[in-house]
Amino acid sequence: MYNYILKRILLMIPTLFGAAFLVFFLLRLIPGDVCELRLAGTGLYADPAEIELCQEKLGLNQPMIVQFFDFLIGIVTFDLGESMWTGKPIFYEMGLRFELSLQIAIMATITSIFIAIPLGTISAIKQDTWIDYVVRTFSIAGIAIPSFWYGILIVLGILIFTQSWFGEPWMPPLDYVPIWVDPWRNLSQLIWPALATGYRYSAVATRMTRSAMLEVLREDYIRTARAKGLLEKVIINRHALKNSLLPVVTVIGIEFAFLMGGLVVTEQVFNLNGLGKLFVDSVMSSDYAMTQALVMVVVMVFVFTNFLVDIMYAWLDPRIRYA
Amino acid sequence: MAKLLEIQDLQTLFYTSAGTVKAVDEISYDVEEGETVAIVGESGCGKSVSALSILRLIANPPGEITGGKINFMGQDLLQLSDREIREIRGRDISMIFQEPMTSLNPVLTIGVQLTEAMEFHLGIDTEEAENRAVKWLEMVGISEPRRRLKQYPHHFSGGMRQRVMIAMALCCEPKLIIADEPTTALDVTIQAQILELMKDLSSRLGVALIVITHNLGVVARYADRVNVMYAGKIIESGTAHDIYHKPSHPYTLGLLHSVPRLDQPRKERLKPIDGQPPDLTKLDNGCSFRPRCSFLIDKCENHYPALEQVASGHITACWEREKLIQEHR
Ligand SMILES: Nc1ncnc2c1ncn2[C@@H]1O[C@H](COP(=O)(O)OP(=O)(O)OP(=O)(O)O)[C@@H](O)[C@H]1O
Ligand SMILES: [Mg+2]
Repeated sequence: MYNYILKRILLMIPTLFGAAFLVFFLLRLIPGDVCELRLAGTGLYADPAEIELCQEKLGLNQPMIVQFFDFLIGIVTFDLGESMWTGKPIFYEMGLRFELSLQIAIMATITSIFIAIPLGTISAIKQDTWIDYVVRTFSIAGIAIPSFWYGILIVLGILIFTQSWFGEPWMPPLDYVPIWVDPWRNLSQLIWPALATGYRYSAVATRMTRSAMLEVLREDYIRTARAKGLLEKVIINRHALKNSLLPVVTVIGIEFAFLMGGLVVTEQVFNLNGLGKLFVDSVMSSDYAMTQALVMVVVMVFVFTNFLVDIMYAWLDPRIRYA
Repeated sequence: MAKLLEIQDLQTLFYTSAGTVKAVDEISYDVEEGETVAIVGESGCGKSVSALSILRLIANPPGEITGGKINFMGQDLLQLSDREIREIRGRDISMIFQEPMTSLNPVLTIGVQLTEAMEFHLGIDTEEAENRAVKWLEMVGISEPRRRLKQYPHHFSGGMRQRVMIAMALCCEPKLIIADEPTTALDVTIQAQILELMKDLSSRLGVALIVITHNLGVVARYADRVNVMYAGKIIESGTAHDIYHKPSHPYTLGLLHSVPRLDQPRKERLKPIDGQPPDLTKLDNGCSFRPRCSFLIDKCENHYPALEQVASGHITACWEREKLIQEHR
């Protein structure tokens, strides 16, 4: 088991290096220059000398390879530098936004797990009954309809219901406070986007749970368990669930990592200042330093989530644990 | 001896898109206490389905037990409630399956899989169940049983897993064990060991055995009675001696010529039966064996032969049984 974990950790290094390489060079293929945008962004004429001065300050006039090594050294020493656009430290810019995105991703993932595993399991056990059809419709709707739309529905719903029940409309708070500062205020802001995205992301996991469970229920060892006379709930919980969770864990892991960087539209709907918005802004302004840093953060989240998924795999399946 | 299990006119159908499969068509046979009964037949003739039907383990849909009686210790298993049949499963009647590699749950320890049925059926606590599990593992010839309890199926070879399956089948001290091709997936040398072990334990513990096999050559040494199945029906039934030395159905004869025999020197070359078993969705009123039969007469086309007695305790379903018996004695 320790060998297995060690191997996984060592494998992260080439992955991270590859990602750094790709993001660095791909970004520079996109036309646009942060200095030009900064100085002439409003459409006015910018003095070439000033642009050159700005590029020099940001280190953009140095050879690519030098810039790349600076970037690598920055990653290794956890010094991501300053935003090329605002000039503020990247850690500062990311700080609260990362926290917010991480919290939403975690809450949405939890929502998705709580929806997907029970529904997927029930749907498989009651295959081809009305319960199965209801669950399948529910989960297909989750895939088909974008989550910002649920977001709008939820916001409207809250407004209308609080209006009719309490006489005046209540809005979730608009400014973010960390959960340890004011948990109540924090949750009453973030629970809604988490539910909206959690439902959407549960769809894939529900379908995965259902099909994995159906497959497992056909396995010989389930017949063995039935032949032993065990209760149906023991057969499902003890014999089938652990086996059917393997593919589901992978899906949930990928979704979690994706939620960390990909919630651009949902953030807009709920007026949240998360990583998604920062991502779009920094790409638009050709802020290489910020975009690179963000991509690396998301890559690290992916790599780390994958690592967790692998550990889960080993925990679920002794054949991996003892390999 | 007293009758332990009496199967009467058991019928099990599968409703599939290709039509209704008559997997088991009105079969009847008895098992006496402590007796070993073999069910023999080619692949697809309904052996497994007939065995699974006894414990009502047929998945519905697509399958359904549509008729018959299964009397076991004074009750009809087909009339029991779900709860009652669950209490029979694993407690009074247990099963051993063909594929030892897939019949054990890969993510649970051997210990859990051995003890859970004992905890459930015998109402004993985990510690007591583990002590008994150790005893049963010893009994089936697994060394260091205490340590083995913590291991997973992938730590065991195929033969060892089948020993674990046997221990699992025995652990609640059932009256009857149904073994569905328990050795088919194993090496020849291990096959003999496993059969020997099953025979030895069942006679020592007085457990009745239903052994399903497609290999008539192996059954000889282990069974008291043999039921030969073809296309969902029993077509001949008798003592092992009857079946081996006085086969009275062309299909049994064909089976005997197609397998190596342990009990006789090899006289002639092995001869597989020509042709294929029929499609179980398209059975008619005639004898289902007639396309492959060398004793075919006109009557076979439209009339399925009833099981008739050829000697005491020896029955066969063939119109030409007299001719066959005369030619082959
Ligand atoms: N779940 C099912 N759905 C449809 N048909 C089935 C199902 N299970 C079994 N059958 C059919 O029932 C018939 C008997 O199958 P069964 O498994 O009992 O054969 P068998 O004699 O045990 O063969 P084998 O030696 O290959 O194990 C086969 O024709 C099979 O196609
Ligand atoms: Mg079978």
